[in-house]
Amino acid sequence: MDWTWFHKLASPPHFYRIAGRLAPGLGWPALVLILAGLYGGLVFAPADFQQGDGFRILYVHAPSAWLSMFIYAMMAIAAGIGLIWRMKLAHAVAIAAAPIGAWFTFLALATGSLWGKPMWGTWWVWDARLTSELILLFLYLGFLALHASIDDTQRADRAAAVLALVGIVNLPIIHYSVYWWNTLHQGSTITKLGRPSITLDMLWPLLVMLVGFTLFFGAVLTRRVQAEVLRRERNAAWLRAELAR
Amino acid sequence: MTPRRKRMFAVAAILAGVGAAALLARLAFEENLLFFFSPTQILAGEAPADRKFRVGGLVSPGSLQRAPGSLEVRFVVTDNQHSIPVRYAGLLPDLFSEGKGVVAHGRLDGQGGFIAEEVLAKHDENYMPPEVAESLKARDQPGGAG
Repeated sequence: MDWTWFHKLASPPHFYRIAGRLAPGLGWPALVLILAGLYGGLVFAPADFQQGDGFRILYVHAPSAWLSMFIYAMMAIAAGIGLIWRMKLAHAVAIAAAPIGAWFTFLALATGSLWGKPMWGTWWVWDARLTSELILLFLYLGFLALHASIDDTQRADRAAAVLALVGIVNLPIIHYSVYWWNTLHQGSTITKLGRPSITLDMLWPLLVMLVGFTLFFGAVLTRRVQAEVLRRERNAAWLRAELAR
Repeated sequence: MTPRRKRMFAVAAILAGVGAAALLARLAFEENLLFFFSPTQILAGEAPADRKFRVGGLVSPGSLQRAPGSLEVRFVVTDNQHSIPVRYAGLLPDLFSEGKGVVAHGRLDGQGGFIAEEVLAKHDENYMPPEVAESLKARDQPGGAG
């Protein structure tokens, strides 16, 4: 297999240019999909037989929860690549992704809490799903804090990367918590084998929102990686040439 | 072994190590991480008799009784194998209804019943419009409650 594209992608000047072109290509479709998904979820989708209109917070809650885990997996893989292949750009991707992941984790917890009060009767319970998601937030914050506490960027990258790799064990725990233990949180609606437990007119806005949120993350990530590359390569000759163009 | 291969093994070792640790922790915490006990577990004596815990299951259809003029309610929580009567005085969540999931926090009264201090509704992962729910109900009715 030809790995030239991969090595090319790892070169900061090359990536900087690609990211500049990629960001609007991800951002505009994200905006369109999120608007369409919101309209579909808030207007087109019928009210639920049990929860009435209250279930509509699902259209923000589920994509946020999905991204909180997807971003962590991506961050940990980038950190692992950075550790093994000593690829500086991979570390830049990991550190650029972490705050976005932390915010989506916070959003998942906050919307879940707002949803829990009217439906379950409580803002918060210490069941396995909610607790493991809270631990995910602490993992993100720990990753950022550890990275910020070491002045030398290279050493900070490596130390934080190890923490990111250790934390990846939390992802299957979050996903399977509702099956392994009795929890107040219900089981998965769409990310399971077989038919989704949701009717089609309620499902499509959710899928649109999932794709829209993910593209939004891609757009923000490419911009953040660009900024991170600027910070790290501030003395490089290619950057001076790039900015002078 | 090249340095890169060494690092690869180090990363694999980290993943294997935390994976094994998590697996052991999961086995060790099997019981402690239970958010609630089912009526079957309680009748088998697995729930603590001397301190508070949660019981979870379905509200048995037809079992809900309200005391007139007060907030006191009585209902039966079942897991379709065993059931336990619950007493509670307080506000019930909106989703609380017969045949639906419920988690009650409280203690055993020593006479085979449960005194709840907090009642939470547990809903399932199914979402559908009311019409679909109605037609599913109508389809399931002839065969008896599932």
